[in-house]
Amino acid sequence: MSEFTKIAKNNLIRENQILVQVLGICSTLAVTNNLRNTAIMATGVTLVTGLSNLTVSLFKDYIPRKVRMMVETLIIAFYVIIVDIVLRAYLPDVSKALGPYVGLIITNCIIMGRAEAFAQANNPVISLWDGLTAGAGYSLVLLIVASIRELLGFGTLFNIHIMPKSFTPFTIMVMAPSAFFIVAILIWIAKSSSFKAGEKK
Amino acid sequence: MNINPFILFFASILTSNILLTNFLGMCSYISISKDLKSSNGLGMAVTFVMTVTTVLNWFVYRYVIVPLSLEYLRYIIFIIVIAAVVQVLEMLIDRLSPSLYITLGIFLPLITVNCAILGVTLFMQLRNYSLIQSLFYGLGSGMGWWLAIVLLAAIRKRTDNAPAPVGLKGTGLTFITIGIMAMAFIGFSGMIQVQ
Repeated sequence: MSEFTKIAKNNLIRENQILVQVLGICSTLAVTNNLRNTAIMATGVTLVTGLSNLTVSLFKDYIPRKVRMMVETLIIAFYVIIVDIVLRAYLPDVSKALGPYVGLIITNCIIMGRAEAFAQANNPVISLWDGLTAGAGYSLVLLIVASIRELLGFGTLFNIHIMPKSFTPFTIMVMAPSAFFIVAILIWIAKSSSFKAGEKK
Repeated sequence: MNINPFILFFASILTSNILLTNFLGMCSYISISKDLKSSNGLGMAVTFVMTVTTVLNWFVYRYVIVPLSLEYLRYIIFIIVIAAVVQVLEMLIDRLSPSLYITLGIFLPLITVNCAILGVTLFMQLRNYSLIQSLFYGLGSGMGWWLAIVLLAAIRKRTDNAPAPVGLKGTGLTFITIGIMAMAFIGFSGMIQVQ
């Protein structure tokens, strides 16, 4: 297995940032009651993770160790500002709905975590790949959470009615607690299946 | 927006708790809440830093960012202010009160990357709070975060020994606990409405 597929597999499934490492839930769970907003937010996070990983890796020899964290934060903030400006220019209504959460991508632990753990020690190309796949693993989980919440909370997917008319929307799915329950169930599934895989070996 | 600062204070602790309704500051919330004593220390540190940075960022936004029309750079400026405040506080506490430093100091570096701090600043700026409102909003949100982490740490002490399915033990169970806590806090929402 080449290194690229190995990294992708690790980041997507085996070491999924949310389910296994429990990182980066902060900024994005809040928008998971709408699939479209979640998809845009997840794309933003994925791009920022990939590009900041690439940048940190490119400049890793020039950044003094003492101010490393600060420089990394600034690099991340730079990309987040670009995402914010692009969103405001092309998708103003989504940008309004996401509100402060776009800015909060800066403090998303995944991005900092990948920059620290991977980009510091690897070459730029593979760092970019690592960032993108880590972001993709994160997006995957969020999209699952968002589809469950939107389907049961509003009876829609991407704002299109899916459920029959007789369906009563679950109010709880629109509110915050449901996101915690769904993530808990997903973690449960992921952990049990990894235990099973461990037993087989 | 014209909300009484006191109402805002209580609302940000109970009805619109920054953690349980806005999901901010989850990373350290989950990893630190294993231990009641450190949770208390981190809660105190967050409350302190949040109050100081919200007020400071209010001034920075009003007197630096808006006059120079640097709105598009506000994320970078806010995060620099937060990092600087945390750094200065760490040095100050180290000098003035070594005993406090031992309980608080180790948590301070963690706070720079705590989403809740930046989140409160961004909400404050987005909702156009006045200075007094920002002060109470920062203080209230910090105390709400503190309350939530201490509660969770206390509950986790019990659930750690509870017989649960293997896959659910640890993080899974913690998430369910947070979910139930969030539902309990929603119960307060009949009292005050801010958002």
